[in-house]
Amino acid sequence: MSQSISSRNIKSALAPNPAVGGQNNESSNSLGDFIQETLALTQRLFIQLQRRPSTLIAGIIQPFMWLVLFGALFSKAPAGLFGSDLSYAKFLAPGVIVFTAFSGALNAGLPVMFDREFGFLNRLLVAPLSSRYSIVAASTIYIIALSFIQTAVIIFASAILGAGLPGIVGLSAIALIVFLIVLGVTALSLGLAFALPGHIELLAVIFVTNLPLLFASTALAPLSFMAGWLQVIASLNPLTYAIEPIRYIYGHGDWAINSIVMNTPWIGFSFGSVILVLLGFDALILLAIQPLLRRRFA
Amino acid sequence: MAAAVLIKNLRKSYGDVPAVKDISFTVEPGEIFGLLGPNGAGKTTTIRCLCTLAKPDRGKIEVGGISAIASPKAVRQRLGYVAQEVAIDKVLTGRELLKLQAALYHLPKKSIGDRTNQLIEVLGLQDYADKKTGTYSGGIRKRLDLAAGLLHQPEVLVLDEPTVGLDIESRMVVWEFLQALREAGTTVLITSHYLEEIDALADRLAIIDQGVVIAEGTPSELKDKLGGDRITLRIREFTPYEEAEKAKYILESLPFVENVIVNTVQGNSLNLIVTSGQNSLSKIEQSLSEVSLPTFSLAQSRPSLDDVYLAATGKTIMDAQIAASSSRDLKKEKKQQMK
Ligand SMILES: Nc1ncnc2c1ncn2[C@@H]1O[C@H](COP(=O)(O)OP(=O)(O)OP(=O)(O)O)[C@@H](O)[C@H]1O
Ligand SMILES: [Mg+2]
Repeated sequence: MSQSISSRNIKSALAPNPAVGGQNNESSNSLGDFIQETLALTQRLFIQLQRRPSTLIAGIIQPFMWLVLFGALFSKAPAGLFGSDLSYAKFLAPGVIVFTAFSGALNAGLPVMFDREFGFLNRLLVAPLSSRYSIVAASTIYIIALSFIQTAVIIFASAILGAGLPGIVGLSAIALIVFLIVLGVTALSLGLAFALPGHIELLAVIFVTNLPLLFASTALAPLSFMAGWLQVIASLNPLTYAIEPIRYIYGHGDWAINSIVMNTPWIGFSFGSVILVLLGFDALILLAIQPLLRRRFA
Repeated sequence: MAAAVLIKNLRKSYGDVPAVKDISFTVEPGEIFGLLGPNGAGKTTTIRCLCTLAKPDRGKIEVGGISAIASPKAVRQRLGYVAQEVAIDKVLTGRELLKLQAALYHLPKKSIGDRTNQLIEVLGLQDYADKKTGTYSGGIRKRLDLAAGLLHQPEVLVLDEPTVGLDIESRMVVWEFLQALREAGTTVLITSHYLEEIDALADRLAIIDQGVVIAEGTPSELKDKLGGDRITLRIREFTPYEEAEKAKYILESLPFVENVIVNTVQGNSLNLIVTSGQNSLSKIEQSLSEVSLPTFSLAQSRPSLDDVYLAATGKTIMDAQIAASSSRDLKKEKKQQMK
């Protein structure tokens, strides 16, 4: 305790001021408030990343290993097995892009859960946040940024491994799809962080959903390879709706909004309708977590 | 003018543990109000309900006339909350944490830098503000937490056991600071199980025990209401129980002695309440020597807040503290709290 509390200016510094934070015109600038709190929370996540970059490094190495290992696993597969004119490298890249983004988003709830366990979340919960969706928004922005970096690395590495490079419109479409899957899954993970009793339970949920959802999607093998029951599950899996359009973009230079990019056992989906499905998935989850975010603990 | 804080018939259970059974008190604007009680009395639970972190089972909570249950956001804006356990993000610096908090309270962006500097200065954190909070000592953390709680110039600052675990010097710093805060016009609600702390700081207080308020008033009101003087008597350094009982029997027959308790926790010493203004000490010593009982020590004092507690519950706060700490399962509570 080298410095003690200074008495200079103390009165003006400490006097209550009901006008601070615009509490007298409560609803007037709630969008501005939402943006302010979201940016501040996002900034915290990036400072953490900057001072502890191991997550980012691991997050780049891991998909790279997926690409190399799975690529090698199937490197002697007969040509044309994964669709005409589709090398396994080309087939694999979309799966790895989506799965990487998905895993990152699924883990988004963990830091929030640790904040809860260490009591830091109380700081956010006693603050007059304009909406607790700002916590979701900040995590989403953070995960999106990470996923974009990872996606760029995967696209670049795949290009070297022989997958080719989609055009600029194709890349933008890929970015949109990654955004949509990250938004929904991040929101889901944060909902779980508010709902489950502790990080052990959250880890358990992550553990039992992560790999099964990978194998029950078209990330590693096309629908036509699968047993009938797995085809049904894979056709209901949101990951499939993100992987297939990206795969189509990789396979077809001339794709359009009404190209049929995905064939389920029942119907085919155009690019546009796949986007609608992903939007619906996001909307559903954002709505479903609303009561959890409102929650007061105990 | 509406009360700064009004809590009425508050009830809150965790499962079948009634943490708060029925608590009511009123904090007037501009005062330091103390909530005094031993471990497990229900202080933190009351504060959590006030700060909109927990939902009460029943009861009324108002801050400046606004209901915390109906309008939690307006209440959050008016309260500053300094939790019992400081929660900081070890990776951030103190300044970064303050700026984050300022944004969460929607301070105008232009003023955040100045306001943070101002609080860093007022709390004497200049040397620490740009170091990571993970390197701070307990006293510095507490100061940072005080700064964070005051950034938005709240009408009421709520502190839950702010000096637990602090060294004497840091504790004095906090006390002086809270007095300065009152001077500046901020209402302060503080919980504690230190009698001296509440006695020294609080304009008014409520004593709570096992989830109910057992006394409310100014410190001197509560003591005066009790009346009489306190005497602590030790026959020997460690008195055999039978001897203490015998002395109790003798002393109870003296006309100026109102009450005698054998304190088994404190080596069978005797706590006496006597009518004030008598020459009690020598009379006690004399009547003991008549039955050839020695006197090891004998001390007289005005009633303290502990006596207020003792009179209401039959035990001292220290005893309650020891009993409570052996019967609590902190791990389980932490789990529960998260639910
Ligand atoms: N989350 C919880 N789950 C179960 N029981 C709880 C929980 N929180 C508190 N309790 C119980 O409720 C009672 C009041 O606890 P509370 O934490 O409010 O006391 P306190 O006065 O703040 O004590 P301390 O001085 O130790 O902080 C205790 O008996 C405690 O065991
Ligand atoms: Mg407590």
